[in-house]
Amino acid sequence: MALNKEQIAQRIAKELQDGFYVNLGIGIPTLVANYIPEGVNVVLQSENGLLGMGPFPFEGDEDADLINAGKQTITTLPGSAFFDSAMSFGMIRAGKVDLTVLGAMEVSDNGDIANWKIPGKMVKGMGGAMDLVAAAKNIIVAMQHTNPKGESKLLPKCSLPLTGVKCVKKVVTDLGVFDITPDGFRCLEYAPGVTIDEIKVKTAGRLVIADDVKEMTF
Amino acid sequence: MNKVVANADEAIKGIESGMTLMLGGFGLCGIPENCIAALVRKGVNNLTCISNNAGVDDFGIGLMLQQKQVKKMISSYVGENAEFERQLLSGELEVELIPQGTLATRCMASGYGMPAVYLLAGVGTEVAEGKEVRNFNGKDYLLEYAFDSDFAIVKAWKGDAQGNLVFKDTARNFNPMMAMAGKITIAEVEELVPVGELHPNEIHTPGIYVHRIFQGTDYEKRIEQRTTRKKN
Repeated sequence: MALNKEQIAQRIAKELQDGFYVNLGIGIPTLVANYIPEGVNVVLQSENGLLGMGPFPFEGDEDADLINAGKQTITTLPGSAFFDSAMSFGMIRAGKVDLTVLGAMEVSDNGDIANWKIPGKMVKGMGGAMDLVAAAKNIIVAMQHTNPKGESKLLPKCSLPLTGVKCVKKVVTDLGVFDITPDGFRCLEYAPGVTIDEIKVKTAGRLVIADDVKEMTF
Repeated sequence: MNKVVANADEAIKGIESGMTLMLGGFGLCGIPENCIAALVRKGVNNLTCISNNAGVDDFGIGLMLQQKQVKKMISSYVGENAEFERQLLSGELEVELIPQGTLATRCMASGYGMPAVYLLAGVGTEVAEGKEVRNFNGKDYLLEYAFDSDFAIVKAWKGDAQGNLVFKDTARNFNPMMAMAGKITIAEVEELVPVGELHPNEIHTPGIYVHRIFQGTDYEKRIEQRTTRKKN
């Protein structure tokens, strides 16, 4: 069985290390915050100007002045800090954020990512994604392995306009976990019930299977 | 020196059709609601607006889009506005999409008196097209120019007659660096307090950057995504 969105987030949460400053993108990446392992303390950065993002407020406590980058109402935590957008991207650009998790429409086997534009169809903009992928030390992409048409999103070369070049380090999909290596996507883990053959069929980019590939655990 | 004006209509005096405006805010958070309403009343058009987002259909800059007052938007994300998308696809509206950090830093550069900066975002993408590339320590950077705007319009939580500003929570966002970047900067505040009430330690934007200030009224402060959890 392929993973659901929650399980993808749960698997990515295992990559978090104590003391990390982490930026979580919109969609599946936001869910990662629900699965931070016990004993691991991370500080969530929201690029609209907050370090130390807390959970959603209780009903009735929402504050229009306190939102995350997805425009959702949120809370602060003891030790939180507010700052302006220039400083926010200053800390991102200077490499202070340890890990960025974001979604993608396409990833190529050399680590290029496309997630901001479909020419002629969708013009929403890149928001902070281009700044984040250009600068973060470690970038994990959370996405479905195939698009709604069933076509692979792990490609030899992205067909959509790029967000960043050779920047993605790891991809976690509903089918498995893949590192970006000079040999292409290196499959480290497969989702429970998913076969290596299925992964091979659904991966269009160069794919190598790690010698010690194993079933994913949570 | 009198920076205090009575209301938004007085504050936007001198804004003419064809000008370039900066408007603070992230989504609908920290937007200058009173001045946007005044710009709609005034009916100026052909504006170039520098703002991270373009509002939603019936609020924020969306209200100016409805009246076809905007010729060009310079933004990082415009995803929540169907009227915007319609005008864009029909060719009525021009848009320049810029990475969010680049947008913030081009405002900042302007306020710091720097003509241009080298930035990493967008290298190797279509954002880099036509831009000067320079290599520092083995990495390519794009030359990005400081913005030039006729007016900057920002929203703060508190301010005083000197023009000193304090922002609240994440409503700070683009407001401080836009306040620094306007040839003329207008600040609308929720509370205009007596000079001396704001402690010098707490001031985010020193009054030297602010030319006109007034206390706004009837803030709606609309929430785009109301997310909550239940009490146990």
